[in-house]
Amino acid sequence: MRRALLTIVLLLVLCFGLVAWMQPRRDARINALEPAGNSTLASLLGDGRQMVADYFYTEADVYFHSGYYPSVFDQARRQEEADSDVSHPEEGSSAQEEKGYMGPPLDWIDAFGRHFMPSRHTHLHGEAIGEMLPWLKLSADLDPHHIQTYLVSDYWLRRMQKSAEAEDFIREGIKYNPHSPDLLYALAQIYLEDRKDYPYAENLFLAARKCWHERDDSKPEPDPNHPSQDAKDYLLLERIYGGLDRTEQAAGHLDKAIEYLEQLKRISPVPQDVQKRIDKLKLQIQKRR
Amino acid sequence: MNKIFAVAGVVIRELYRRKDFYVLFILTVIITGLSWIVNFFHDEQIIRFIKEICLLLIWISALVIAVTTAARQIPAERETRTIFPLLAKPISRWQVVVGKFIGCWIASGLALVVFYIFFALVSASREHTLPFDSYFQALWLHWQFLGIVIGMTLLGSVALSTPSANMTIIFVITLGILFVGGFLHKVAQGMSEPSASIVTAIYFIIPHLELFNVNELIIHNWPPVPWPDVLIATVYGLAYMAVFLVAGCLVFRRKALN
Repeated sequence: MRRALLTIVLLLVLCFGLVAWMQPRRDARINALEPAGNSTLASLLGDGRQMVADYFYTEADVYFHSGYYPSVFDQARRQEEADSDVSHPEEGSSAQEEKGYMGPPLDWIDAFGRHFMPSRHTHLHGEAIGEMLPWLKLSADLDPHHIQTYLVSDYWLRRMQKSAEAEDFIREGIKYNPHSPDLLYALAQIYLEDRKDYPYAENLFLAARKCWHERDDSKPEPDPNHPSQDAKDYLLLERIYGGLDRTEQAAGHLDKAIEYLEQLKRISPVPQDVQKRIDKLKLQIQKRR
Repeated sequence: MNKIFAVAGVVIRELYRRKDFYVLFILTVIITGLSWIVNFFHDEQIIRFIKEICLLLIWISALVIAVTTAARQIPAERETRTIFPLLAKPISRWQVVVGKFIGCWIASGLALVVFYIFFALVSASREHTLPFDSYFQALWLHWQFLGIVIGMTLLGSVALSTPSANMTIIFVITLGILFVGGFLHKVAQGMSEPSASIVTAIYFIIPHLELFNVNELIIHNWPPVPWPDVLIATVYGLAYMAVFLVAGCLVFRRKALN
């Protein structure tokens, strides 16, 4: 009896020692992976969180289409996930209404079943857009390094006149991705267009430009025949310079605006258009004098 | 008929004496309530997300109630040996099976009514509308779905050795049909023979339970399903219930009870 008791005590001491040894290592590992702000849901899901985050992100697109969405067994699903309407809704206007993914029914069960599911392609409008935001929030909670989630949410929140919420969410994204030029650019846009705080917006655009160079300078030049996500993102840099131009113009600093447009001209695929804008600004400066 | 309803009455009384329904209902209320109070970007109009969670919980709860209630009926009677005094009365074996089926189906239907009233209250409190047609269709079709599942479970309870094995198999089959059943013909298109023919045959044989799920329509406020389609789906459901019940009666007729 005494021996059994001692064995139990020994095992308990061993367990306690093991826990005391493992706990700080586990915390260090988790902190290295995720600096702060682990949600309960993220802790519960562990390493499967990214998969669930992707699912929630897709759910936002499903909601954007009011449930009309291809299943994983449909050919259209992969294309829809890779090129979701929720991330660029301006391309899915009513004038450009899609014909739908379903095609003709394969048999009578398929034909009959279509009466019990959404079978028409629509997009959310007005206040109803808010219905998809919970999925984006949950997706960001689970995978805070998926920049696109913050950018999509920011776009929709600002369309809903929720600029303060958009700023909070973008700042949350910057907390996890402090060197993301996309997020800094999105924040700068809020300060330029909604807050009209031009000095602050300029600083943010410049920070975005600096981060863009840190991230993309070492990347290969984009090949139009083989589009790759690993190539330099010149589109973002163009937007940053465009933002700087608009900020300087709004603040009345036309000389500086021309400086940024000159830099934009070097990378723009349509430099003649940029030159026209420069000429126009130069004309304005002459008129002022 | 009175004998069948007498057996059914006992099953219905059993449901409200057991705690399964109350526990599942309270869990549904708590989880829906939690999703209600979560604040997403200070938007208090968000309802579809809450409706989705509430309906998911209702479907899980209803399935658990239906399967666990139906799977225990005949094995419990055999285990406690109450089947002998029951069959000693002027009642045939098929009447017992049909009575058990009707009892389970009505009991599940009553539970569903409570769940859907709660769902309608949750939905109406934010949307300020009550699309009665859509919700009634959802409830009705859900009930047909449960009827087929209960029929399958009763067949399993007389054919399989233990209730736990029966419940596991029924859960796997039901969830499999719900998630994959409607796409088997598409899967078959990418297969070679004879697998393609086998999968296509399975597609046409299985009861298409996904037809009874109109959650997407009521979450996203689509118009109700045309009533003739609901009627056809009901007939389709009743046909499968009849198939499983007849099979269950045939198996139980030859089953040794000791």
